Amino acid sequence: MNYDKEIRDFIVSNFLYGDAGSLHEETSFLDSGVIDSTGILELVAFIEQKFQIKVLDQEMIPENLDSISRLSRFIDRKRAEVTAVNP
Amino acid sequence: MKEKPALSNLLALDCASEAQRIGQSIRDSILGLFKKKGVVVALSGGIDSSVVGALAVRALGSDRVFGLLMPERDSSPETLSLSRQVAEHLGVRIVHEDITPILEAAGCYRHRDEAIKSVIPEFGPGWKSKIVLPGVLDADQYRFFSVVAESPSGERVQARLSLEAYLGVVAATNLKQRTRKMLEYYHADRLNYGVSGTPNRLEYDQGFFVKLGDGAADIKPIAHLYKTQVYQMAEFLKLPEVIQRRTPTTDTYSLAQTQEEFYFSVPYRQMDVILCGKNNGFTAAELGQYCGLAAEQIERVFRDIESKRLAACYLHAPPVLVEEMLCPSEKCTWSQACPLDR
Repeated sequence: MNYDKEIRDFIVSNFLYGDAGSLHEETSFLDSGVIDSTGILELVAFIEQKFQIKVLDQEMIPENLDSISRLSRFIDRKRAEVTAVNP
Repeated sequence: MKEKPALSNLLALDCASEAQRIGQSIRDSILGLFKKKGVVVALSGGIDSSVVGALAVRALGSDRVFGLLMPERDSSPETLSLSRQVAEHLGVRIVHEDITPILEAAGCYRHRDEAIKSVIPEFGPGWKSKIVLPGVLDADQYRFFSVVAESPSGERVQARLSLEAYLGVVAATNLKQRTRKMLEYYHADRLNYGVSGTPNRLEYDQGFFVKLGDGAADIKPIAHLYKTQVYQMAEFLKLPEVIQRRTPTTDTYSLAQTQEEFYFSVPYRQMDVILCGKNNGFTAAELGQYCGLAAEQIERVFRDIESKRLAACYLHAPPVLVEEMLCPSEKCTWSQACPLDR
């Protein structure tokens, strides 16, 4: 499942104040300056609550969190794990 | 192109000439520019404030330096005695202001403890705590704070801080640095003195200070010195051995906390070499070989440095004005120091 839209809406409304500008699915949040390290914490709180997942310390890496597409894939994987445990 | 210095010489300091240069800057700014009679220095018993105090005494004389000792409930038991020892060594007047009652009244401890309790429900009276960051060398992990709490019976619990809890703990503990600065300016005002900040280069560059707390000052005489250079200066200034040997600490949380646990990604000796090397154009491979680390690990520290520099921009920033303002005084002699630079 693809979560790009929910993530994009959250990023645009919370960090870009409605102006999506040049935010693409592959844009690095940190390199582009869209989100700082406190913002990443806000993002983690959002996905944990919205998608009912628990992000583990070792999962808090750019590979999982640093763009819309990476986040979307990560959420999909985590949701699949939840479903596998609680079908 | 400027030739790179040898890595081994990078941090060597000519302390005699540097102390002279810093002394001149202190005299020029405090007496000349600000027209003040002396300088207030908060003495924590740590290496940085002790060196600043000693440099101020060399520059202005001990009768023009006023020391403030401001421990609070969570300060290390040795903080007060060490800062007294430094003050006696320097021969400066001091006032001991225990800031615990002010912090209690402002809700510092209560707000902090509530924030910790939100992630560690059993946290309560008699518990101690600190906040810590994961290391940066071994993984490309985002560095998020966890709280470590210790029960009265010595059991330790660690939990990652939620956004709200993290902001709550930081906001509450920042009251400590801001309270100290308020008192520094109280004494500076009544004495017609200026206030000296005590950050070293690592702290200044990486934003390891509280905006309008320890970040506020009229002068910052060692902000250009790396931490190991501050130690060299301490030795040159013949500060008490116990001060020169003391491990740097934040002295902000009730559990002992090193600076690299709280902020810097590696111990200060390595951090000095990496930051100084980076500033002088050394590659990660060169620095890795020198520090005994892999180039990849140095790259991680580089990224951490840049990330902190970005966050520090806000801490360093003056208030934003809607339009440029010209200095209203025709007699302004502050030149580049004038915030309303003409």
